[in-house]
Amino acid sequence: MIELAYTRATDASDAIRRAEGENAKYLGGGTNLVDLMRETVEVPSALVDVTRLWDEIQETDDGGLMIGAAARNTAVAEHPAVRAHYPMLTRAIVAGASAQIRNMATVGGNLLQRTRCTYFYDTDGSRCNKRSPGEGCDAIEGFNRSHAILGASPACVATHPSDMCVALAALDAVVHLRSASGERTVALCDLHTLPGDRPDVETVLAPGELITAVQLPPSNLAARSTYRKVRDRASYAFALVSVAAAIELNGGAIADVRLALGGVAPKPWRAWRAEEALRGGPATEASFLEAADAELADARPLAGNAFKVDLARRTLVAVLQQLTEGARR
Amino acid sequence: MPIIINGREVPVPADARVSLLDFVREHLELYGTKKGCNQGACGACTVLVDGERILSCLALAVQYDGREVTTVEGLASDGALHPLQQAFIDHDGFQCGYCTPGQICSAVGMAEEVARGVPSHVTDDLGAGEIPLSQDELRERMSGNLCRCGAYNGIVDAIAEVFAGSGA
Repeated sequence: MIELAYTRATDASDAIRRAEGENAKYLGGGTNLVDLMRETVEVPSALVDVTRLWDEIQETDDGGLMIGAAARNTAVAEHPAVRAHYPMLTRAIVAGASAQIRNMATVGGNLLQRTRCTYFYDTDGSRCNKRSPGEGCDAIEGFNRSHAILGASPACVATHPSDMCVALAALDAVVHLRSASGERTVALCDLHTLPGDRPDVETVLAPGELITAVQLPPSNLAARSTYRKVRDRASYAFALVSVAAAIELNGGAIADVRLALGGVAPKPWRAWRAEEALRGGPATEASFLEAADAELADARPLAGNAFKVDLARRTLVAVLQQLTEGARR
Repeated sequence: MPIIINGREVPVPADARVSLLDFVREHLELYGTKKGCNQGACGACTVLVDGERILSCLALAVQYDGREVTTVEGLASDGALHPLQQAFIDHDGFQCGYCTPGQICSAVGMAEEVARGVPSHVTDDLGAGEIPLSQDELRERMSGNLCRCGAYNGIVDAIAEVFAGSGA
């Protein structure tokens, strides 16, 4: 029998201490880790429960928000300041999973959830470089309809499954980290790494490092923002393509814009190139299309997911049109 | 601290791997809560924890000490069915019945979320303090509970009767 120790941390330093020197995992709501343990993808020897750590949502002095890593997804989505000032974040969260799962899942856990690539989960029957480095990837020549078109590598084509992270990427969120050697911050856009030849490494976190909070900087344009998710059914499914967008107009010109894509890459995909193409230009369908094409120029579709290139282009354009027409969603 | 399940205090299991679902079914012999997919995809195992709906298959029981868990067995009081249980009967809100306990616990939790003003994927106005439980809202908010018999119309009617004030 595989032994599994369980302890509950009282604060961040206690959690870090408890996780030292063991094959330990921090446990949030369990909505991904419990499943991964059941499938023997993750085999920790100890769990350190961090759900009773800081979970508040506070306005910061600069007009932004600080969200405790133990805050539940529902608590973030329903918070009045998030709804009013960062609507794309509420929309992204409520587009993800189900209400039951959102009631359980923590913010920190959402950031660190692992891909839903079915080959990754199939420990008995499939090769997976993310699970067993160097073994090979059965997705690249397999059923890869849901896989990545941007940022993938010959070793791994899995996508990052989070909706919330796509909004956080567009909002320039900052992740607060703590370890035995101190505290530091990392931009959400820099938290996750591309697979390259090490798809088993997914973030810049050091062993034992703990996410303690996610900070949203104040934003002039986030109040006019939204999140659109395209999936195989109307609800309760992972994204084929999703777009988080915020835009600020000055007359007919685009003063500023934030864009991120989900469902298309191994990490929440900040669309820097599209933003660059749009900034200062006209808010027209032609310029939206040009920006989408700039972002998707490097897309490398697989046999089963070429549709995602067109879908991403159309969704990006549609969301920008919706925001610039002043529609609510 | 013990877990409080349907008002009864029970010690948490010694083995950390025991899910809340297996705990209520196999340890406490409360068989109302169902194991469907056991991977968070179907909602059959939905229970209420301090009034909030969660999936017991993805919950480790050790995490829930000191919390009040309500399973479908805890909804009826003194032999009298919860109004939603009666409504499921009245509206044929099931065929095989396997998803029903999860549907009912989920709907009770959903009503609390709506009362609290929690927005959903189909809520137009995120600033709205009150969100009417329209058909679209109800279906979206219950989308985490699958019914393979396809009794959805009866399920929606039952929930609407009790929580939206109409037979829809």
